Amino acid sequence: MTTAWVVVEPSANGWSEAAGELLTLARRVSDDVHLVTWSSSLDAGRAGAFGASSQVVVAHDEDHLVADDVVAGMEDLAAADGHPDIVLFGSSYDGRDIAGRLSVRWGRTVVTNVVDLRATPDGWESEHLVVGGTSVSRTRVSGPALFVVRRKSVTPEECGGSPAAQREVAGASSTVARVRSRVLEVSDGPDLESAPVVVSGGRGLGRAEHYQWVDELAGLLGGAGGASRAIVDAGWVPYSRQVGQTGKTVAPNLYVACGISGATQHLVGMKGSAHIVAINKDPDAPIFQVADLGVVGDVTSVLPQVIALLRERRGA
Amino acid sequence: MKVLACVKPVPDPSAPVRYQENGRLDRTGKVVLDEADSYGVEVALRLAEASGGSVVLGTMSDSSDPAPLRAALAMGAEEALVASDSRLGGADALTTARVLGALVRRSGAEVVVTATESADGYTGTVAAQLAEVLGWPALTFASHVSLEGDHVVVRRQSETGTLEVAAPVPCVISVTAGSVEPRYATFKGIVAAKSRPVTTLTLDELGVVLDEERVHDIVDVRDAPGRAAGEKIVDEGQAAAAIVAYFDALKIL
Repeated sequence: MTTAWVVVEPSANGWSEAAGELLTLARRVSDDVHLVTWSSSLDAGRAGAFGASSQVVVAHDEDHLVADDVVAGMEDLAAADGHPDIVLFGSSYDGRDIAGRLSVRWGRTVVTNVVDLRATPDGWESEHLVVGGTSVSRTRVSGPALFVVRRKSVTPEECGGSPAAQREVAGASSTVARVRSRVLEVSDGPDLESAPVVVSGGRGLGRAEHYQWVDELAGLLGGAGGASRAIVDAGWVPYSRQVGQTGKTVAPNLYVACGISGATQHLVGMKGSAHIVAINKDPDAPIFQVADLGVVGDVTSVLPQVIALLRERRGA
Repeated sequence: MKVLACVKPVPDPSAPVRYQENGRLDRTGKVVLDEADSYGVEVALRLAEASGGSVVLGTMSDSSDPAPLRAALAMGAEEALVASDSRLGGADALTTARVLGALVRRSGAEVVVTATESADGYTGTVAAQLAEVLGWPALTFASHVSLEGDHVVVRRQSETGTLEVAAPVPCVISVTAGSVEPRYATFKGIVAAKSRPVTTLTLDELGVVLDEERVHDIVDVRDAPGRAAGEKIVDEGQAAAAIVAYFDALKIL
């Protein structure tokens, strides 16, 4: 019997798609699955329905970095229960930090950007993205290992287990790094990762003020506004809107790329979308290689026209 | 204060990616300084300037092409330490962190700056692993870095906003691309870079013993699934209507 731990971020509404995805994947490679989260528990009924037999909540002090508390909690847990054969993490910053630190403490390899995982007689075989998501590497790992899994690589499926047993463990008693303050970015409208429509803006918008068109179109389509790394780096919009390798992975029914050239780092975060529309003035922009409808044109002229047409229709 | 900036020579991103028979990246062609590293080098230089110190580069590489290191030395780093050993081919992120940790100890640096991930392997875990190897705090995914006395203060990006995090020196920082504007090398810098010391060290010289128990073999590498391009139109005033018609066909309006 192999034991898997699944490390998932807490969620304000008590459950997350990410938890369902990771538990589904864990169940494929292990017959004894446990959920680890921090601060507040996830819905124990749903955790159980996705196959977790227990849920461990690590106490997290607001002044600490998440990884410092969760690593301490997982060390205590391993000391009490034994080390798991495999640990799965989400690709968030905290997920990567926890995985990195545990890999050193436990002397285990960590494989990131995982999109698929299978059990083999002497370990695991994973598929993970390399070189900006342009290639898929199939890698065989023997012995215990850690895997950081990309969002939306697995379709969540329940297996009908009974509610997960609840447990609590302490975090770190003291840490060297201290969180002094936090700024929460609140955005109205649907959540970027689960919105049915995502409208994203890039450098082609020309100026930060033009991002309002992206918000406006997203609003008209009942969607969320996203961004390329370039305009996040330029400070036009907050990081929470970034779509791509170092941001969020989205797979909506419709993705509208406005003035985004389509660097591999961006494409890896959105090419799973069902339908893609792209507007860009460079006819050779890589975004057109993935677009179902590509418009070669100036986004600062096309986008306001689309908004005007939709408004007109609303008014009618 | 001595600051070590981790850098990585990566295959030229403008050339097609090639793999060896064993699935490892073919690094025999032209290599360049990973673009993400230029931000780390810049942050390291600013921390050194603010504290009256210097920057040393640390890398694990078997490339004999001096261009990537010269590019970072030309920005103002004083010297470079290179871990190079035939046994390091295909090293995983954990081995990489252990080797870089040995370089940091050897350099006497008190602060380490890395990028958040490399362009090729792009695991995004090495900074946290390196911090753990050294037993130092990890200030990862920083979009802004400053020095307050003996504390490094960073603005860390999070999924929902930002945090301000402080840790005393020694510590490891990873910085996001775009966090600072990397300086251009001056002509003087480029000339000076040619005479700055580059020291190559083997695993034995670094005192790193490889852990043979972990097996990590590449079975194969293939192109990521692509998408077929659809219709492409050139805007002559009709594109907005075509987009709205496309939305209509999807029945999302």
